[in-house]
Amino acid sequence: MLIKQLSVFLENKSGRLNEVLDILGRADIRIIAATVADTSEYGILRLITTDTAAAYMELKNNQVSAQQSDVVAITCDSSAADFAAKISCFAREGLSVEYMYCFSVGDKAFLILRTSDNARVPELVSRYGLQTITEHDLSLL
Amino acid sequence: MDERYFQPEIETMGRHDLEALQLRRLKESIGAALRSPFYRTRYGGAGITPDSIRTLDDLRRLPFTTKDDLRGNYPFGLVAVPMDRVVRLHSSSGTTGNPTVICHSRHDLDCWANRVARCLYMVGVRDTDVFQNTSGYGMFTGGLGFQYGAERLGALTVPAAAGNTVRQIKFIRDFGTTVIHAIPSYVFRLYEVMRESGISPQTDTRLRTLVIGAEPHTEAQRRKIEESLGVKAYNSFGMSEMSGPGVAFECPEQDGLHIWEDSYIVEIIDPQTLEPVPDGGIGELVLTTLDREAMPLIRYRTRDLTRILPGECPCGRTHRRIDRIKGRSDDMFIVKGVNIFPMQIEKILMQFRELGTDYLITVDTVGNNDEVMVEVELGDLFTDDYSQLQRLTREITRQLKDEILVTPKVKLVDRGTLPKTDGKAIRVKDLRNNR
Repeated sequence: MLIKQLSVFLENKSGRLNEVLDILGRADIRIIAATVADTSEYGILRLITTDTAAAYMELKNNQVSAQQSDVVAITCDSSAADFAAKISCFAREGLSVEYMYCFSVGDKAFLILRTSDNARVPELVSRYGLQTITEHDLSLL
Repeated sequence: MDERYFQPEIETMGRHDLEALQLRRLKESIGAALRSPFYRTRYGGAGITPDSIRTLDDLRRLPFTTKDDLRGNYPFGLVAVPMDRVVRLHSSSGTTGNPTVICHSRHDLDCWANRVARCLYMVGVRDTDVFQNTSGYGMFTGGLGFQYGAERLGALTVPAAAGNTVRQIKFIRDFGTTVIHAIPSYVFRLYEVMRESGISPQTDTRLRTLVIGAEPHTEAQRRKIEESLGVKAYNSFGMSEMSGPGVAFECPEQDGLHIWEDSYIVEIIDPQTLEPVPDGGIGELVLTTLDREAMPLIRYRTRDLTRILPGECPCGRTHRRIDRIKGRSDDMFIVKGVNIFPMQIEKILMQFRELGTDYLITVDTVGNNDEVMVEVELGDLFTDDYSQLQRLTREITRQLKDEILVTPKVKLVDRGTLPKTDGKAIRVKDLRNNR
């Protein structure tokens, strides 16, 4: 249910995103999901990859500021109503969602969430019967 | 006789007597300087004689001597004795013009060795010690300077010279080295190689004391050296123009470097106005030699930034202390009437674990105001939360403002992207005059 996400600091400079992706590309890293959020000066690229540990080492060796962290990955169908139902479970338990992004493969959608308290996620998952995915599942996608 | 001091009568001399000694030697130095072609022209033309000096304050009326003066009068224009009295010279590499050459008589070498011996003795080095010098020998003054100083106090002195780390470690173990002189970055190298070879500095060597210098380093780096090697590390300050090592040195208190005032008159000046800076304020170190006969230098602008530490030292020495070197005066810039030294900014930035080591200060005119921008590279990303990054930026800004009195714009940048020339980081870019 908790999977590794790679966050990468990106200065707002044209070509920087390319440089980072090139580094990962040379190391044969596959990207499953990605999102970039930014402020006026810098952005953070968030990635789910097939091998986060390897991707992290690759970036570190190339002097790129990066971090691995845990995010929650759950599945749902791609209807807005189901999205809402899944998200509301967190709110009901007093957990806030700091950010979220999603992707879909076929008719399956995957939600990647950062919550305010990862320690409480397992309890919540079992209470609401949420379907989570593991890193192994991801590698099979 | 007090065991703590190499020359107790000089090291603990009362200020009144010390200043009387300085005044007497200053007059002699000026008399000697006037025998050199350079000072004869510069001082003689202005009617300056030893009698122009009645108090130490009178020194302030004399013109400065600069590195350009040394280069412009290369090689022997400042020599004040007949050449047969000169027994050695040291020269800089001269990569940026004529080298600077410093000539020594037998008397000068004797005084120099004595000062270095005094420094080493101060931090507990005795004739029973084995002193290994990893300085380059040859023209670099850290080699022969420490060699003669350590021999003077009777230590077994190993002129290992620079490089070949495996051999250095073999010497350390085989000769029972207790004291090493090295630049800080080389100490870390020694430690790495020891670790890789499974040698524990604490149990497999007799190392006790390190003398570090010739390279800027922070207090945190010193503590790291002390912890990793299980030694005490002392800061050494010198420069070839002032003979070499042995100008100023830390005592066991490790709180500032005693500068030997029987050999040098210390002034701290504002590099812009050239006016004296009160004790405690940062400025450029200006030194006058008091016991060098072959090549006396009067009011030599060292370009090094430091300050006089006010107050007496508990070690009992009366010679005043300077702070560790804060950078070069050429790097200083002025914003809104405030003198700012890159070292002040660096000191703050280095306290943040979240940051990397490179930074760039840009000064520019925005509208009618001069603004300071500090770009600093991030270390490993410690969060992926924007508010945390913004909080970090705000905290850096606040602490910088407290230090430099101007609010800078702080920008986090990617690692390895700040400009470098010849592999050396550029620290300050002043764009104000380019418009």
